[in-house]
Amino acid sequence: MSQDLTYRRPISTWWWLRKRTYFVFVMRELSSLFVAWFVFFLLLLIRAVSRGEAAYEDFLDWASSPLAVVVNVVAFVFIVVHTVTWFAVTPQAMALQVRGRPVPAPLVIGAQYVGLAVVTAFVWWLVLR
Amino acid sequence: MSDDPVVADHDVLLVGGGGAGLRAAIAIAETEPGLDVAVVSKVYPMRSHTVSAEGGAAGVIADDDTIDEHIYDTISGSDWLGDQDAIEAFVNEAPRELLQLEHWGCPWSRQPNGRVAVRAFGGMKNMRTWFAADKTGFHMLHALFQTSLKYSGLARYDEWFVTRLLVDEGRVHGVVAVELKSGRIKAITARAVVLATGGCGKVFPFTTNANINTGDGMALAYRAGAPLKDMEFVQYHPTGLPFTGILITEATRAEGGWLLNKDGYRYLQDYDLGTPTPEPTLRSMELGPRDRLSQAFVHEVEKGRTLDSEWGPIVHLDLRHLGEKLIDTKLPFVRELCLKYERIDPVTELIPVRPVVHYMMGGVHTDIDGATPLAGLYAAGETACVSINGANRLGSNSLPECLVFGARAGRAAATYAASAGPPPASITAQASDEVRRLERLLGTPPGDDSVAPIRTEMQTTMEDAAGIYRTGPEMAAGVDRLKELQERALRVGIWDTSRSFNTELVAALELANLLDVAECMLASGLRREESRGAHQRTDFPERDDQRFLTHQLVERDPEGSPQVSELPVTITRWPPGERVYGR
Amino acid sequence: MADSITLRVTRWRPDKNTPPGPQEYDVPLRKEWTVLDGLNHIKDELDQTLAFRWSCRMGICGSCGMNVNGEPRLSCGAFLTDYAPGPVDVEPLANFPIARDLVVDMSDFMEKLPRVKPWIIRDDDVTEIDGEYLQTPEELDAYKQFSMCINCMLCYAACPVYGLDPTFIGPAAIALAERYDLDSRDQGARERLDVLIEHEGVWGCTFVGECTRVCPKHVDPAGAIQRYKLKAAQENVKAFLLPRGMR
Repeated sequence: MSQDLTYRRPISTWWWLRKRTYFVFVMRELSSLFVAWFVFFLLLLIRAVSRGEAAYEDFLDWASSPLAVVVNVVAFVFIVVHTVTWFAVTPQAMALQVRGRPVPAPLVIGAQYVGLAVVTAFVWWLVLR
Repeated sequence: MSDDPVVADHDVLLVGGGGAGLRAAIAIAETEPGLDVAVVSKVYPMRSHTVSAEGGAAGVIADDDTIDEHIYDTISGSDWLGDQDAIEAFVNEAPRELLQLEHWGCPWSRQPNGRVAVRAFGGMKNMRTWFAADKTGFHMLHALFQTSLKYSGLARYDEWFVTRLLVDEGRVHGVVAVELKSGRIKAITARAVVLATGGCGKVFPFTTNANINTGDGMALAYRAGAPLKDMEFVQYHPTGLPFTGILITEATRAEGGWLLNKDGYRYLQDYDLGTPTPEPTLRSMELGPRDRLSQAFVHEVEKGRTLDSEWGPIVHLDLRHLGEKLIDTKLPFVRELCLKYERIDPVTELIPVRPVVHYMMGGVHTDIDGATPLAGLYAAGETACVSINGANRLGSNSLPECLVFGARAGRAAATYAASAGPPPASITAQASDEVRRLERLLGTPPGDDSVAPIRTEMQTTMEDAAGIYRTGPEMAAGVDRLKELQERALRVGIWDTSRSFNTELVAALELANLLDVAECMLASGLRREESRGAHQRTDFPERDDQRFLTHQLVERDPEGSPQVSELPVTITRWPPGERVYGR
Repeated sequence: MADSITLRVTRWRPDKNTPPGPQEYDVPLRKEWTVLDGLNHIKDELDQTLAFRWSCRMGICGSCGMNVNGEPRLSCGAFLTDYAPGPVDVEPLANFPIARDLVVDMSDFMEKLPRVKPWIIRDDDVTEIDGEYLQTPEELDAYKQFSMCINCMLCYAACPVYGLDPTFIGPAAIALAERYDLDSRDQGARERLDVLIEHEGVWGCTFVGECTRVCPKHVDPAGAIQRYKLKAAQENVKAFLLPRGMR
């Protein structure tokens, strides 16, 4: 009668499908895999370039194959998820203060997008010139 | 399961883990670290009702403030029923206690120079109320609880409900309690017991108090043969939200809020509380004492100048002129509560308020060290009546009261326990008796009556008999009604047959406590044929120092009825005078 | 507005062999009633055996945490009209073992709190108090938000990490540690760090952020934890790079 009886509710393997916020979280975590993929893809590109014109052409052929395109499109979607979610939580992770006053969250988030735009513009120019 | 009813033994047992109980525990841990101390509470300590106190805690620290002024404010606030030696000790020790709490991490609101800030409060001539935004009790309780975790030797019985005190030959030897999780009923013996179980607002239907404030410690003491004192003095706080009864702190008025009747008129000026000024004036108008403000409301109702709401007559609390910035800095919790529970924003709208039962001036009779006449039994906080509050308590005196008398009672209990002997063998039989009684109660089959209707009828009876204004006939009718309800409560059955977390059993035990406390309130109220502080009688409308400048003790006679007797008030340097506010 | 609303309340007794399951009750749908009012109506009028915790009914004591329609809520702050027409699922707080009906076993949480040493730690040993420690309003603001925790455990109910791995020390405990670390009067950051750099300390957190979303007092435990991680990482780097005397 004085036993310590309690009931532990089991957690389903599909717990992350139960709430929108959990689902977005898991997608955010999953997106890191696709970031890794893009890094790998970039390394393959660099290796191809370093090996000369022929290797580069081969690489482009492979990269434009249907499978590679599908993978890269999916990966790009996840990169966007990665970017948007991580940009959004940065203000929470870092309590920035300028001259004793807290920097408002939208400013922090906006600054990241500005930075992204600047870097993108620069890379674009590098590639196209 | 062991048949031995005694599960543990300690030197000092604190019943109740709120402001007073935790302060007492820490005091003992610091001054007598060799003693074995335990806190037993029917809720986890951070749920104790200390947590809901909002406005602040008074202690003299401003350069232009004096100890004597705080003493005088408290004495006159008490309508001269406070014991002046106790008030002197309290006022002298309050600042040190509040500083101690600061050192323990309490986030007191500060002045720009880093020193603790103080604000005005009702009935106080000077600004001396320390505050932690408008969640002072919350911050104090959490600071105390978290500090208590430092003392790894301090034992805790969380969610154990104490049902009786073990007494033998005029000395207390421990308690019997139900462990809510398992339902097992055990005795915990101790050399000394300190009751710190808070107030008893649930005797009334409309109260700021929480579900847990059921006068447990008062009933335990009363049934064990310790007298209660000044039980007729119930404080009605002037500003509670209609329906819920949620407290809207006096700090709203300290910061400049106005009370308006249906004509938008600051009606307090009609009740000898001064003349209205745009800025708050200390000890005047909205910063008058709580009893006078609640009484003014009743007169406004009689004159037909209050507004009608779904929940009865109300008046308005106007904070609009304070501005959003001040409200968000000094009264953020008030804004939150109004938005959530009334769906109004005090920045732009008027808050509907009405008087609501809030605090019990009366309680377990103790001396200035928290000792009751029963050897080994102490009490502190709202459960106790020292008395520093007399016939009416000033706002922001009850939090430091928990600290000052919690520490005093703790230390006194420790001193006693250090040289007290073990319990006699007869205690085991007493404990077994109590176990059997509770088992019988649990096994009583349910009939067509249950705890909730008895409780509701008790509350309605008390609202009629012990309101802001009382009459002899109403109180007498209440006494009769309570007797009937006591009969019903003795026979009530329990539907819940589970031993685990049986909240129906707890409700039945709490109901028994509430009924005992209610009976004492009315017995005392009937005998006091005068009007003083919070006890106002339309059949005896004047204060009568000749006959009633005295405390009233209530003790349980052998038939179980309350017997009222007198106890002189201790007067030191302040002979009785007129209570003057606003002039 | 309809007259009543159905509450589907979890019932369970340890001495019966059945697993927890819902029982339906119809309660009046009043505009000022919260889920807690509904539960009290059930207990007073319909079924005296229902067990649940509550006390202050104003969102400051932290007793009445439950899962309402799958979300951790304080039942005293969840209005029935927000769930109309219903039915409303009222379940015990997630991620904690059920003790009885809507009452959960909180002992794990109570064991975790003292581990982070949530008290003022000082190097000096002050016995005679001479006056307050000075603390400017700005210094108070630095930790004020983290001091608002009412220990309601909704954050633990929301945290999938705690749900999957109960050894995780959890959001409220870490936020409380941060509250003391940031308090200008405290000197115990080092001692708390030793506790929180363990695996079940801050590093268990994967920044789901759900704790912050459900917190009724806007404590932002997720923010506290990420800031703590930064602090812990900095300490690790310093320990690695700098000679002992310079840390």
